[in-house]
Formats: sequence, structure tokens, C-alpha cells
Amino acid sequence: MGTNPVMDKSMTTTESDLNTAATTSVTQPDDRDQLTLEQIAACDNFKSEIHDSLYQETSIINVKDFNLWYGTKQALFNINMPIAEGQVTALVGPSGCGKSTLLRSVNRINDLIDGLHIGGDMLLNGTSIYDKSVDVIELRKRMGMVFQKPNPFPMSIFENVVYSLRIDGERNKGVLEEVCERSLRGAALWDEVKDRIHESALGLSGGQQQRLCIARAIAAEPEVLLMDEPCSALDPIATGKIEDLVEELRGEYTILMVTHNMQQASRASNYTAFMYLGRLVEYGPTRDIFTNPHLRPTEDYISGRFG
Amino acid sequence: MSTTLKEPQNTPALPREIIRGSMSARKKARGNRGGRSLLAKGEPMLWLTGGGLVVAVVMIIALLTLVIIQGAVTFWPKPVVQFTLKDNTIYMGEVTRDDTYKPEPGVLNSLPADVQADIAANEGWAHRELVRTGNFDLTNTHFHWVEDFNSQGQTLPKWATVIERNSWGRFYGMPKSFLIDGKVVADTPQAAWAEYIKYHDEVRERWHERRGLEKHDIGRESRKVDHARLEMKSALLEHGKDSAEYREAQANYDAIEAQVNVAYAKIREEINALNAENDRYQLVMETAQGQEKQLGLAEIVRAYPANQLGLGGKISLYLSRWWEFLSDEPREANSEGGVFPAIFGTVAMTLIMSVLVVPFGVLASLYLREYAKAGPMISAVRIAINNLAGVPSIVFGVFGLGFFCYVVGGTIDEVFFKASLPNPTFGTGGLLWAALTLALLTLPVVIVSTEEALAAVPGSMREGSYGCGASKWQTIRRIVLPRAMPGVMTGAILAMARGAGEVAPLMLVGAVKLAPELPIDGVYPFLHAQRSFMHLGFHVYDLGFQSQNAEAAKPMVFTTTLLLICIVAFLNLFAIWLRARLRRKFVSSQF
Ligand SMILES: Nc1ncnc2c1ncn2[C@@H]1O[C@H](COP(=O)(O)OP(=O)(O)O)[C@@H](O)[C@H]1O
Ligand SMILES: [Mg+2]
Repeated sequence: MGTNPVMDKSMTTTESDLNTAATTSVTQPDDRDQLTLEQIAACDNFKSEIHDSLYQETSIINVKDFNLWYGTKQALFNINMPIAEGQVTALVGPSGCGKSTLLRSVNRINDLIDGLHIGGDMLLNGTSIYDKSVDVIELRKRMGMVFQKPNPFPMSIFENVVYSLRIDGERNKGVLEEVCERSLRGAALWDEVKDRIHESALGLSGGQQQRLCIARAIAAEPEVLLMDEPCSALDPIATGKIEDLVEELRGEYTILMVTHNMQQASRASNYTAFMYLGRLVEYGPTRDIFTNPHLRPTEDYISGRFG
Repeated sequence: MSTTLKEPQNTPALPREIIRGSMSARKKARGNRGGRSLLAKGEPMLWLTGGGLVVAVVMIIALLTLVIIQGAVTFWPKPVVQFTLKDNTIYMGEVTRDDTYKPEPGVLNSLPADVQADIAANEGWAHRELVRTGNFDLTNTHFHWVEDFNSQGQTLPKWATVIERNSWGRFYGMPKSFLIDGKVVADTPQAAWAEYIKYHDEVRERWHERRGLEKHDIGRESRKVDHARLEMKSALLEHGKDSAEYREAQANYDAIEAQVNVAYAKIREEINALNAENDRYQLVMETAQGQEKQLGLAEIVRAYPANQLGLGGKISLYLSRWWEFLSDEPREANSEGGVFPAIFGTVAMTLIMSVLVVPFGVLASLYLREYAKAGPMISAVRIAINNLAGVPSIVFGVFGLGFFCYVVGGTIDEVFFKASLPNPTFGTGGLLWAALTLALLTLPVVIVSTEEALAAVPGSMREGSYGCGASKWQTIRRIVLPRAMPGVMTGAILAMARGAGEVAPLMLVGAVKLAPELPIDGVYPFLHAQRSFMHLGFHVYDLGFQSQNAEAAKPMVFTTTLLLICIVAFLNLFAIWLRARLRRKFVSSQF
């Protein structure tokens, strides 16, 4: 991930904005058309601009008044966000705005971090994710996760794919083989590796490794697929393959994908959410966000004027 | 940095040459500034660090060369030299070493004038050789010094023969005759030697058979009696003197004793028969001084006419001695024969120690690294563990003796081996306690390297596993531990290297000069963890400092050291190979 000097500059301005936000408490600005980044940054419970068409979709995940702190530092501010079932939702925004944090909150993999605490809740198919009675392990099994850097386990391709079945104690070879083939086909990797599925997964190329991670994530037939910048460590060709794959997986799975890349968001997703400094700024159908955003900062960001 | 980099951009109109010129001028200026400070040049540090490395390497190579050369020549057969002194005394034997020394004035003055002049010309230094003359049973000494000025000359008698015996050390002499049933069947050296060659193998075979009978068969029978006696005693302790159980056990004991006595008699008869057969063959030797000595063939381990050996004969003798050294038991207070029990004890102890320390260390570091919440408590524990590595090893020995042997072992004896008290079973030094003591000693090594290995497992692996719905323990077992395995192996290697070479604590918790039985053998329950054992490190110490025949033991010190080094190196190589195999699994082709 190359650092871009413009981005660095924006980071420094936002930090100073944070300081002003801490000292002056600003309420919700009334005039939505003239909204500025500074106003968003100063506002602790910013009301996101959510397009109406989202409310017509059935939502599989519902984020409700979600706040998150790393120690004393707040990383997410009052997020409210329905996620449409069977669609691809892209999370965009400048680096450090909390996209990963939000994504990782969905399957509670953030729980492992010391000093993390949250407010509000998320619902998966209407049941709470953050309720005390929830079995986190079971919850994670209902979601597949793909990370920024391909992280295949140091074992054979086969064992990587069937990992989630193995930990459930599945021993039946027939079942495992079937799942392995189905998942690898699902991840468009089968033809490339079918002759060497018992060789080490670490011998694959980066793009293949990432598709293997997708195969691993869909092996347990999750309801939701979470992807955190799945292409940022890959070359353009591998990126293209992953994007095609996302296209194919749409409908079958609900995909929530963080991306840094505007073209990717516009190509691959149905809905796009724009985040800024831990706030959800605007959220709507990808086409609307890219061609006809309601808010000025969204337009600025989409058109590359900052971030 | 920013100014130097920006400068060319700020002066786009400037011709290239000018820029380049100004840059080289700057470079020159910087170079001059560097010249003023010695440290800035880097070269002194290069020399210093390189010198440190060279010193270390030279020391290691010198040590290894010394041990290898000294250890390797021990078994090479030397010629047998016969010295005739000025007073016509004759010494015959192998020259083990020589030195120059300053004779005492009293000795010097008693010498003839020309010899005195010679020594004076040499600034008072004289040369002498140490001759291993053997024949301890006749002369009460193993070695003689032969001073050059005292010697008339030396010869290499053709039939000078070296004989290694079961007891009394080496014998040097010429074969004179060979007796069967007391009748002379050969009376020249050549003929006697031919007879010796003819009969020696079969006699030695019978001798081994006899020893097997003594060791295994008699041992088996006496174990039966011991067992019955112990049962009788426990019946007495449990049920009292007048109980039926005790009387039954007593009857049982009497029956077994009677049985065993019959068996004993039979074995003894066999032994006697073998001995009688062996005693028929006698080799008569004549020493250089003309004394005759009759040697039973069974007593002779190995004999060779040293001055007639060709290169092939020397090599085969050399190898046969090495083989004996590696595979046989010691004799002559450890200064001759083999060290097999010590090799066995060292390897068994090291392996048991590794088996104990690795799981224990891995569990401890898993807790420290994966489960415990970082805090002052954990830091304190970590510091304590690191400091444990610096505690002198003898302290562990004392702890092992006080805690494992006396407290734990004593309790085990009280509970399970009451009948054999006051003789301790576990309540004294033994293989198990030694292994445990060394496990404790090497624990910090394993913990530290395992913790490092655990910390080096990338977080992305763990996250990937958690993301698949694995629990913490599943993640540790399937992802973290396999990844950390090479690091764990490194810890095990270091622990083994440290443990195998440790002697001081072993002296307290179970290593002995001579162990009658191996700690692992064919007798149920096969692993006798309570037995004391021999250890190569302790053997080296024993040879070097406790031997009555220090001169003869000295070469063995080096040979045993060489062997110890080889074994430690071998154990390490094995572990390193294992680690390399594990590592290969984790090499990624990375994009
Ligand atoms: N483990 C963590 N501990 C403390 N702060 C964190 C941690 N992870 C992320 N943050 C902070 O939370 C904010 C959001 O981070 P992240 O969600 O990774 O942003 P994004 O993925 O949008 O680039 C950043 O300011 C980051 O510094
Ligand atoms: Mg991120």
C-alpha cells in the first residue's frame, strides 16, 4: 500500500479537527447542502445520509447506534446502517476512518483487542450480535472473513479449505472432499489447483492465495462474507479475478467489502457507504453515490478532491 | 535530508555539470569531516568485531583439535620398546610421552662427568621418556621414567607382546610356551602365539557365556528371592507377626528359596564346567626381566605382538579397541574397556529430560504468551524465569537431592516400597530425579525460546483462524503451535546441549562411577527410573580426578570427552534436522 502525500496531508488536518471537536461540542448542522468535513468531524452523533432505496431492501445485518472505543479513543461514532441481503456493499473512506473497525465488529473479531469497548448493537437476521448470551464462535461460523493480506495457513490447500469443518470435528473424507471442491470452484480456483490440493498452500501465488482464503471463507456456507480490502496486496490481474469472483458470489452471499479503490467500489458493489473519521456520512446505491451524491463531502471524496 | 534532496529541484535552470560539481564538492567536504573522527570511519569497529570473532573461533578450533587429536590417538597401537639402562636394568613397554626436565642437584652430582657436562651444556635440561611397563602384578607399578643419560640403548624385540587383561592392567612380555592341561604343546614364541590364536576366540566365548550366566541367570533367580522376601516383609508390616497372611508369605518364601537354591546350584555347576574348560588353556609369558608368568587364556581380552603389526593389523586393532570402547563395559576402575553404560546413561537421561522439559516449558510459555494478561505479575514471573537460567547448576543439584530424592522419593518409598526400607528405592539419586533436575535447569531455555516463537506467529494467522470460527485452543493447537514448532525445537536443542554436558548436579542426584545395571533393560518394567546410572560427563571427571592409575586414564579422558562432544553434536544435529524439516513446511513463495 503506497502512501500518497495528499492523503497524509488530509490526515494531519483531520487530527487537528479532532482536537477542536473535543473542545467545542457542535450539534447537528441543519443545512445539509452546505455541510463541510469540519462539521462532520465536530459532530459526535452525526446523522448519516441514507438513501431511501436501502429501506426497500431486506436487510440481513442491521447496525444500530454503534459506537466503539479503542481504550479512550473513539473509533466509531453512532453508526446506523442496514446491510442489504444478497448484495455487495462497499465501505469506502479515507484511511483510518474506521472501515476495518466496522467490518471487524460485525463478526466480533475485534473482541480480541485489549481495552476495546462498544456501545449500541448489531443485529444479524434480527438477533443481536453483541448480546451477552451470544456464542461468539458460533457467530463467526455464520460469517466468512477475508483479510487484506492473504493469510493461508501453513498446511495443504485441502486442509486450508476444510479448516472450518475440521475444527467442527468433521472426519468424513467424502464430505470434506466435496466441500473442498465446491468451495474451490466457488472461488474460481479449482481448475488451477485441482492437481495439487495436497501440496502446501504457501506455494500458491498471492492472487491464488487470496482466492484460497475466499474458498476457505465460503466453505462453511456463511450467511455473510466480510472482505477487508481483499485486493490491496495483489497485482491488477489478480485484482480483476477477485472482482469477477465477487460479481459471481453476489446473490449467493451477502458481501460486505472494504475498499480503498473507487473504481473497484463502483464496479463491484451495489451499495456504497462513505465513512469519514468514524462517522457514516452517506450510504446509498453505488450508482447514486457516484453520480448523484446528496452531500458535498461525499462528492468531494468520490471525485478525488480529498482522501 | 530534505534540503539536499530538494536542492536540484529548486535549481532547474542550472546546467547539470554545475550541479554535479557542487555535489561532489559537498561529498568531499563530508569525507574530510569523517576523517577527523576515528569512530566515524567504521574500520576500527570492523577490526574490533572481526577480532572478537577470530578469537572465539580460534579458541573453539583449538579446543576441538586438542580433543580430537588426543582422543583419536589413544587407541592407536604403539611399538613396544625395550630399554637397557646403564645399571643393566631392563624396562619394556610403550612410550606414552616424553619431556625435558631439570634433574635435581643430588641426582646430577652422582652422574659421570661427561653426562654432567652434556646437561650443563643444555642449560641444565635433560630429556626423559615415560614408559608404560605394565605388569602391575609383578612390579607394583604401571610406569617408569627412562632418562636419556641413564639409558644404554633401546631395541624393538620381535616378539614383544602387549596383553590386555581383565584385571591388573596390561602385560608386556614375550610368549614362551603354551600349556593345555598343564602339558606344554608349544615352546617357541611363534608356536605359542599360533596356539593362542587358535584357542583364544573359543575360550573368550565361553568366558562371555559364563559372565552371562552370572549376570542374567543368577540375577533372575536372586530377584525371585528378593521379591518373595519383600512380600513376606510387607505381610509382616501389614498384618502382623501372627497373621495367616504372614505365615503364608513365609511358607511361600521358603518354597521359593529352596527352588532358587536348586537353580543356583545348577547355574554354578555350569559356570564351574565352563571355568574348568577354560582353565585348561594357559599362555606362559616371559617378561623382559626374565620372569615367567602364566596367564589363563580366559583372562586375556586382547593380545598382539606390537612390533610385528603392519598397517592393516594396526588399523584393525584400532577399530577393535574403538568398538570395545563403544560397546563394552568398563574394567580396571574405568581406565580400560568400554563406556557403553555411560553412553547409554547419557542418552537416556538427555532424552528423558527433553521429554519432560519440552511439554512442560511449552505449556508454561503458552500460558504466559497466550492466556495471561500482561501486567506486573507476568513481568515478574518472566524475570524470575530468565534469572533461573543464571543460577549455578550445583544449586539445582542440591535442590534435586533435597526435594526430589529425599522429599518426593522418600515419600514414594514410604508409600509404595515400605518393605524394602531402610534401603531406598526412589529415595536416592536415580535416572528420573537426574532427568527432572536437569529439566528444571533447562526449563528457562525452553520457555524463553518458545515464547519468542509464539510471539513471532503472525497475528494474521490467528485472525484467519478465529475468522473461521475456531476457538482459542483450536487456534493454538492447529495454527500457533505448528508454526512455533521450529522455535520450540530450537529451545529443545539448546536445552539438550546444556543438559547433556552438565555434570555437577548429576553427581548429587544419581550419576555414579560404576552402575551395576543399565537403567533400561529387558526386565519388567523395562525402564527403571529409580536406578543410578553412568554418565559420560561424570565419567570424564572420574577418569581425570579419581583414577588410581592417572597416567593410564589420561588418554581415556580425551577419548571420552571426544565421545561426549560427538554425542551432544549428534543429538543436536538430529534436532536441527527435525527443525529444518518443520521449517520447510512454512516457507512461503510470497507472491
Ligand atoms: N488495535 C487498535 N488499537 C487502537 N487503535 C486502533 C486499532 N485499530 C485501529 N485503530 C484506530 O482506529 C481508527 C480506525 O482504524 P481502521 O478501522 O483500521 O481504519 P481503516 O480501515 O478505515 O483504514 C484509526 O484511527 C486507527 O488508528
Ligand atoms: Mg483498514
